[in-house]
Amino acid sequence: MASNPLHGLWTLTNRELKKWYKAPVVLIVTLIQPIVWLAFFGKSMNMASIFTNGSINIPGLNIPKQIIDQIAQAYLKSTFGTTDYFSFLAASMVTQITFFTAMNSGMSIVWDRRLGVLDKLLTTPVPRGSIIMGKVLNSVLRSLAQATIVLIIATLLGMKFNTSLTPLGFALSIVGVYAALTLLALGFSALYLTLALRSTNWQSQMAIINLLNMPLMFASNSFYPIKMMPWWLRPVAYINPLTYVNDITRGLLLGISAFSIPMDFFYLALFAMIFSTMGIVLSWRFLSEG
Amino acid sequence: MLGDSAIKAINLTKRYGPILAVDHINFEVKYGEVFGFLGPNGAGKTTTIKMLTTVTRPTEGTALVGGYDVVKQPAKVREVIGVVPQDFTSDEDLTGWENLMLIAGLYGIPKREAKERAAELLDLVELSHAADRKVETYSGGMRRRLEIAMGLINRPRILFLDEPTLGLDAQTRAAIWSYVFKLKEQLGTTIFVTTHYLEEADQYCDRIAIIDHGRILAIGTPRDLKKTVGGDVVMLQVAGNPEAAVKVLQSIDGLSDVRIVEGFIRFKVNDGSKAAPLIFDVLSKAGIRVTSIAIKEPSMDEVFMEYTGHSLRDEWGSREEVMAMRRIVRTARR
Repeated sequence: MASNPLHGLWTLTNRELKKWYKAPVVLIVTLIQPIVWLAFFGKSMNMASIFTNGSINIPGLNIPKQIIDQIAQAYLKSTFGTTDYFSFLAASMVTQITFFTAMNSGMSIVWDRRLGVLDKLLTTPVPRGSIIMGKVLNSVLRSLAQATIVLIIATLLGMKFNTSLTPLGFALSIVGVYAALTLLALGFSALYLTLALRSTNWQSQMAIINLLNMPLMFASNSFYPIKMMPWWLRPVAYINPLTYVNDITRGLLLGISAFSIPMDFFYLALFAMIFSTMGIVLSWRFLSEG
Repeated sequence: MLGDSAIKAINLTKRYGPILAVDHINFEVKYGEVFGFLGPNGAGKTTTIKMLTTVTRPTEGTALVGGYDVVKQPAKVREVIGVVPQDFTSDEDLTGWENLMLIAGLYGIPKREAKERAAELLDLVELSHAADRKVETYSGGMRRRLEIAMGLINRPRILFLDEPTLGLDAQTRAAIWSYVFKLKEQLGTTIFVTTHYLEEADQYCDRIAIIDHGRILAIGTPRDLKKTVGGDVVMLQVAGNPEAAVKVLQSIDGLSDVRIVEGFIRFKVNDGSKAAPLIFDVLSKAGIRVTSIAIKEPSMDEVFMEYTGHSLRDEWGSREEVMAMRRIVRTARR
């Protein structure tokens, strides 16, 4: 019996997924935040119109509007790598939704412990690591589904992709984006699950989520490039995995990448591997009581 | 290698901070036996089950379950056991059927076979009609029965039941015991069950261990345990000071173990009904008036009192004490 450990893994993943597609309300609620960012913030914080609304008038100087526009375009291009700030933001929102979903995975183990389900799982021959990895896998699949929805909404709102991409190139780019998001979800959900291994308290889990959520978002290139940050914030942005995922999504979808994409992948793979391994190893030790 | 016994506890010990929840216990359970663990709440029954089912690691000592060491071979142990924990463990968001299929998947039972077994088990616990309802809509009795079905999905050789009848009405309790009996008779399952219901232990268990404050005080068949009490138990109340009456009674031949228990004078005598008139006589000569008398053939309650010095029934009165104890243990576990 129980010769195939992957069997238990899929059973556990399926359990979580079932709850998700049976309760679409949860899905809709988690989608609200990135959509608000996209539609409210992204559409209002229109960098191009800040510079080109044509109403600046400096006394003594008579600069033709055309020149102002050109200077503005050049500045935007040198700062964001594109004149289209909305697309710049949209590419990072795909990352954001993945990150949010992954963060919440820690909650499910807290509930399993409180409701007694975990007690039952621990008496079955399923490996401890599978209990954690089933949740990680669930979170990865959820994230990808939600990222897809966000990407579709962003496109409807006017996100423009790299025009030089062939249809095949575009398909490969999407695959690349999914690969990056998978690594991100893997790493973060393993991290949050590990933090929740011994916890029975969902309030403290919520507190941890809220504590990390905003700082990680702002200490990354999600809203602005790293070179605009003060010097003391840059090191944080450089170790923040969100930065590298954003670099990949922008590089592949918009054709603007600040680093090298293979290096981005290497860093993310390392991040995902370290935290997944940590989750599995610590679950052997800490999932059971005492 | 199969050992001779289904379960063998060797100096099994669990300490939660300052509390010794289970204190160096030793016992053996034979294959095919229904073995009862009888004790009040907080006696260490659940902790013992948690160690035997590899959920909690013993602080000291170990146990062999199905021939495998719970400390060194926990994965092997998990394959041969079924567990019905005291708390509900089914997933409320799923249906009864989905819960059974989930657990079957964790044991690596092939889908087709799992479906057969799940249908069979739901039939056994009379839940077929509710199979496709979410568990959150189940009543307490239904959930308990589902838990039992979940504990049996892997056809375990050894089944652990932690207070399977706790909080259920008399009819459901009887039904659950009849399932347990079916298992023993039809599948030869060894059953380790904890309970604090004396009648249940007496009626359904082949052998019983009495546990209190983390220690095993006696082990034996219900009949043998009752025999050790030795004769009938007489409880009487007198007007005035019971101490004086105890002194008088101690001088009578054939009476043994005279003591005061919870306001009653309690003693043992070979034949209670014949001794009663004589006792009245002697006491009234000493100027002591008897206000009430009860003669009991020894029941498990007497057995329990004999070994622990207190009545198990009274434990129910101090619910607050139990809750306080649980809180301490929970805190210590963190």
